[in-house]
Amino acid sequence: MMRPGPQIVVIGASAGAVDALGAILPSIPEDSGLSILVVVHVPPDKRSVMAELFRAKCRLMVVEAEDKMPIEPGVVYFAPPDYHLQVEADKTLSLSGDEPVLYSRPSIDVLFESAAEALGPLLIGLILTGANQDGANGMAAIVGAGGIGIVQDPRTAFAPAMPEAAIAACPQVRVLALAEISTFLREVEV
Amino acid sequence: MTELPEKVEDIEIRLLLEALFLRYHYDFRNYAMASIKRRLRQAREQLGFSTFSAMQESILRDADMLPQLLRFMTVQVSEMFRDPSYFRALRERVVPHLKTYPSLKVWVAGCSTGEELYSLVILFREEGLEERTLFYATDINHDALETAQAGIYPMERIPLFTQNHRQSGGKSSLSDYYQAAYGRASLDKTLRKNVVFSDHSLVTDSVFAEMHLISCRNVLIYFDKALQDRALGLFEDSLARRGFLGLGSKESLRFSSHASAFADFVREEKIYQRSSE
Ligand SMILES: C[S@@+](CC[C@H](N)C(=O)[O-])C[C@H]1O[C@@H](n2cnc3c(N)ncnc32)[C@H](O)[C@@H]1O
Repeated sequence: MMRPGPQIVVIGASAGAVDALGAILPSIPEDSGLSILVVVHVPPDKRSVMAELFRAKCRLMVVEAEDKMPIEPGVVYFAPPDYHLQVEADKTLSLSGDEPVLYSRPSIDVLFESAAEALGPLLIGLILTGANQDGANGMAAIVGAGGIGIVQDPRTAFAPAMPEAAIAACPQVRVLALAEISTFLREVEV
Repeated sequence: MTELPEKVEDIEIRLLLEALFLRYHYDFRNYAMASIKRRLRQAREQLGFSTFSAMQESILRDADMLPQLLRFMTVQVSEMFRDPSYFRALRERVVPHLKTYPSLKVWVAGCSTGEELYSLVILFREEGLEERTLFYATDINHDALETAQAGIYPMERIPLFTQNHRQSGGKSSLSDYYQAAYGRASLDKTLRKNVVFSDHSLVTDSVFAEMHLISCRNVLIYFDKALQDRALGLFEDSLARRGFLGLGSKESLRFSSHASAFADFVREEKIYQRSSE
């Protein structure tokens, strides 16, 4: 049976995020058909720096997500500080100011769970370094909905707690080092 | 096989929202689904229902359930002078235009607990515009409107409000506008003398006055695209020619069918001006 390949990568990262993302995002070529949605835990009062930081380094287009943006191939979307980023069934983004989840807004779980519900089998979920549990439930939701789950090998992570929690919640995920994740995303058939 | 129960839940949610509309005329059917689902799940858990169908039956038959459920349906987060740069742009760029009118109407749509309204009233007072201005503050959440009308906030929020006010270019001290007692800050009653508070839904209600400025921040993100278009149509019809519309910092008209009715006025701050046709 033909199954559409994954089209959308959702990424969650916390402590150590900049380096980990720096090892992955810049290596993805501009003709990649993937759309990439990223939640990084940042303090709510900070003006968003992530999109600017990565715009300079990446070949893909990099933007900060705005409400109702359509999800386009070849674009990286960062969640803005102090808003949850969500995926709607019509393949657009929505933002919300709902309460923080596990003390976080944006929350990785909120992004992953909404994406799983809207677009399950089209997803790759990716959990990177972090010192909390955010994303574990979301990863289980993605894999449960037929998406692919990848977790950074905790032994290679700046902060292992978040990858460990994701693996515990969802043992069937692939556990990979950053270089292998990069290769996987470059080579995946979109 | 995991798909089946989820689909059933989607049907249940739609039926529940339909029930809420048919029975009480609260219309959440076109709210952005991802966050409405999250909040409905929270409501189901905390109100102790095992399914949305059970919740639907209860809400249909027991009117006392309505306020309990409504508490989960809307998001009440606000701050005085939230995003100070927005208020600075109003002060520096929009106020000079408003000063040319002999009388003004300002609509704070989705005013929640009142922080945005009072920020604007203070700004208008500082700029010498308050006396000629009538403010409308509307929301669908009655508890929030009551709080807005009372104008009493916990003292621990005041340092943030004060800092925001200063960063917005405030010309006075925020402490001129409240009295502190028992851990609470009561805003000066005179800030409300030109304010009309009212229950008004951007989904089901219509135009009620001609406005010179509409500030509707962090409300449209909870709507889907069709509903955003409805609300923006309402704003278009409510605004005087060359009137101003301010949205939340991550909201924009870019994806709306009403985009052509407005021009960017301060683009970074999501302040638009109605075109004069
Ligand atoms: C997050 S608060 C925004 C508060 C304030 N505008 C601010 O930016 O600080 C969203 C508000 O929108 C209100 N709201 C939701 N649906 C609405 C509707 N259909 N019509 C009017 N207000 C609505 C909610 O009750 C809530 O008070």
